[in-house]
Amino acid sequence: MAHAPVLLSKRALIDRSYLEHRAKVLDLAAFIDRVERASGEDGDDFRMRALQACCALLLDGKPHRAQRVLELLSDQTLDPIAKAGSKGATGAVPPVAGGAR
Amino acid sequence: MYIDPHIHMVSRTTDDYQRMALAGCVAITEPAFWAGYDRSSPQGFHDYFRQLTDTEPKRAAQYGIRHHTWLCINPKEAEDPVFAREVIALIPSFLKCESVLGIGEIGLNKNSRNEVEILEAHLDLAAAHDLMVLVHTPHLEDKLKGTRLIMDAIKNQGRLDPSRVLIDHVEEHTVGIVLERGFWAGMTLYPDTKCTPQRAVDIFEMHGTERLWINSAGDWGQSDPLAVPKAQLEMRARGHTEAAIRKVSFDNPMTFLSQSGRFKIA
Ligand SMILES: [Zn+2]
Repeated sequence: MAHAPVLLSKRALIDRSYLEHRAKVLDLAAFIDRVERASGEDGDDFRMRALQACCALLLDGKPHRAQRVLELLSDQTLDPIAKAGSKGATGAVPPVAGGAR
Repeated sequence: MYIDPHIHMVSRTTDDYQRMALAGCVAITEPAFWAGYDRSSPQGFHDYFRQLTDTEPKRAAQYGIRHHTWLCINPKEAEDPVFAREVIALIPSFLKCESVLGIGEIGLNKNSRNEVEILEAHLDLAAAHDLMVLVHTPHLEDKLKGTRLIMDAIKNQGRLDPSRVLIDHVEEHTVGIVLERGFWAGMTLYPDTKCTPQRAVDIFEMHGTERLWINSAGDWGQSDPLAVPKAQLEMRARGHTEAAIRKVSFDNPMTFLSQSGRFKIA
């Protein structure tokens, strides 16, 4: 890895994109608040737990965060499943699939 | 000037062709895919293949865009292998069409046994006719596993040269393993579920620009037929040279697709 260098300086990248990512953090915070305020029993949804694990990963100080977030959200089993029950994907590993978590 | 090597124009308006032409698009390739519902008969696919090989090239030509296609039954409709094999049997009669580049987008969706069986049937068809292959990798949590299973299926098939196979929809966790094994890789710029232009440019910076392309995979979902020129803009804003921009959005697709002997720009 690290083929071509990042051509912009740290400062230039931050100047260019800080506000965009500040807004994304606010969206995430507000989303978690909204789910918490909502009625229903699904506070322990596996997708919300996955999001929290991703947030923790961002703070561990190690590189390749995007790759590691995707790995955290990936089914790590190796064998084909017996039958495709649905066509869709959820974006996190459902507890029954025996994934990373 | 750019090529969008993966876009589903049957789901887009003629206005999109015009906007793409205005943004510099000169050629596209359109893989066969899922219509958003399961087709009720192989005849439904026959009509779709006529649309891909006859109607769309004419619609694109009005705007100076050269249209090419890839044929298959997509993995979302591969859970019924008897039905899928009936559709695969229709493909050889379309191979004489000059705009057909190969088999695609084949691959996996939920990584099921039936999907793997139909993937293997497509790989056999490609090998038998010496065709190039465009591979769809699964969505979200299924992508990493599916990418591994697909690469193993191609290796086990044994008669397909990885340099004539492009594995599409790679992201940060799959791009390395795909390139390592000698395949071409595609990054899809698609809202929420795939890459953004920003992340695609990160991947170029980390993995280089060899054997990599970008596409919009614009389709009937919320998607952006102008995603490739937006990635060009992002590269420019981040200080990349015009030569590098041209390489990933024009030269690379040109190099890969020209191996078919059929790819032309307008
Ligand atoms: Zn597609």
